[in-house]
Amino acid sequence: MTQQMLAEYFPILVFLGIAAAIASAMVGGAMLVARQKPNPEKLSAYECGFEPFDDTRRRFDVRFYLVAILFIIFDLEVAFLFPWAVALGEIGWFGFLSMMGFLGVLTVGFVYEWRKGALDWE
Amino acid sequence: MLNWTLALPEIVLGVSGLFILLGGVIPKKESFFPVSMAVIGALILAAVLVLGQGEGTAFLGQYVADNFSRFAKVLILLGAALGLLLALDFNEKAGLGRFEYPVLMLFATLGMMVMVSANDLMSLYIGLELLSLSLYVIAAFDRDNPRSAEAGLKYFVLGALASGLLLYGASLVYGFAGTTNFDRLADALSGDDVGTGVVVGLVFVLAGLAFKVSAVPFHMWTPDVYEGAPTPVTAFFATAPKVAAIALLMHVLIGPFGDLSAQWMQVIWVCSAGSMILGAFAAIGQRNIKRLMAYSSIGHVGYALMGLAVANDTGYRGVLVYMAIYVVMNLGTFAVLIAMRRRGRALEQVEDLAGLGKTDPAMALWMAVFMFSMAGIPPLAGFFGKLYVFLAAVQGGFWTLAVIGIVTSVIASYYYLRIVKVMYFDAAPDGALDARPASLTVVMASTGLLTLLFFLFPAALIGAAQVAVASLAG
Repeated sequence: MTQQMLAEYFPILVFLGIAAAIASAMVGGAMLVARQKPNPEKLSAYECGFEPFDDTRRRFDVRFYLVAILFIIFDLEVAFLFPWAVALGEIGWFGFLSMMGFLGVLTVGFVYEWRKGALDWE
Repeated sequence: MLNWTLALPEIVLGVSGLFILLGGVIPKKESFFPVSMAVIGALILAAVLVLGQGEGTAFLGQYVADNFSRFAKVLILLGAALGLLLALDFNEKAGLGRFEYPVLMLFATLGMMVMVSANDLMSLYIGLELLSLSLYVIAAFDRDNPRSAEAGLKYFVLGALASGLLLYGASLVYGFAGTTNFDRLADALSGDDVGTGVVVGLVFVLAGLAFKVSAVPFHMWTPDVYEGAPTPVTAFFATAPKVAAIALLMHVLIGPFGDLSAQWMQVIWVCSAGSMILGAFAAIGQRNIKRLMAYSSIGHVGYALMGLAVANDTGYRGVLVYMAIYVVMNLGTFAVLIAMRRRGRALEQVEDLAGLGKTDPAMALWMAVFMFSMAGIPPLAGFFGKLYVFLAAVQGGFWTLAVIGIVTSVIASYYYLRIVKVMYFDAAPDGALDARPASLTVVMASTGLLTLLFFLFPAALIGAAQVAVASLAG
């Protein structure tokens, strides 16, 4: 029983090994072979991101927060859509209409945030 | 079975809420007043549908419609509609005339209706969260005012904690009983030996719900939130959600946990006695009248819980009668508080009422009626509310609780009567209050007449409460 279960996970172990090998080959190869001329501009974070290591109490634009909230709402919507789509054959019209109701409610929320200007950055 | 037509009032209210939201946001100009009228219309329509609602369970046992939920829903819809009426003028003057306010109240009301009709711990939580999330936002509705923002944040943090406790309790109950459905829980918990796990879960659920009714020792948020929130919001907080939470508490305790009454009676006993004592003593020193009303509401919840602690039909009937009378008195009192405005500035101190007996005799008279009623002086409605719970406590042999109740109501009458004294015997320092809008006069006079003349027709309310309780226990 345990043996069989472990055997089923063997491909994952293989993938892990391959992933580790390829990743270390790329990073290690670049370190060994490529020419390195670092300067502060090259070492800084990509221009639209935040510093990876910084004070957590830094101020940042509250609009990021709004975008994050809106993102979570619609992200969750998709998370609900996946199992629904898989099970649609079994849950029938009731399941279909339930999801339509859910999407309808979300659409009203979307219209609201659009009209309120929550989607405009400026 | 689905039987979705049983939930017609909620469905109609929810769909009309969505359309009202669209109707408010799509026009370019601000539309507080028309949206408020539409919401009041939707609430009245829902009340009519509730009165014609059938009985039974729907949505595979998640939802139940019976006489008990009907009683609570009519009371909730009444409280919400009058609460919105109180906000009409105040919000315009305070710069809070945004159409989101009535829409949030509508969704809060929808949450309350789902709560009282919940027949499963899951649907209970959905209703409770819909209510709480709407309330968090309207507590902070005056967002440029730090006190209002603080009230909203405080309520949010403590409400989240309460929800966490409730969910933890629900998960324990589910783990030990194997179901979240109220009917099946009642079956699973009917034996003598139910195990400690379920009792621990029950206590956590109770703690979560006690937060929502602001019973001692879970009352800490109440004074700050009531003081910080805009006054019409406080009026709403103190009425409809209280009824919904008490009704939910009754439904949960009497339905699925009915056979554990020996366990929860002790908890409710302590909450009831603590709330009555705190409500009586802590309000004495308050100068801010909204804070005073917060402690007063804690005390009133204590009296209502006394009926629940007795755990028999007389007690339950007393709770329902008490809550109905409480809602009416409180709406009237807040109508007076919202009318306290001098030269355009809203006032909140007890001293600001000084001389009202001379400058505005009609309003002073109504306020006196409400204060005497809250103090429980016959023949006003508040007396009958207390009479029925005290009667149940004495008949049930709960002498200690009844004595605490009587002593605390005597102590509490000090601060109610002090308001009457300030109105009639103190000199007006600063001239008359501003003329009040008609909407407040309507609320004041209608609730005042109900409070004043209740003793002529008590049978209607008591009969309805009796019918409601019969369906709950049966």
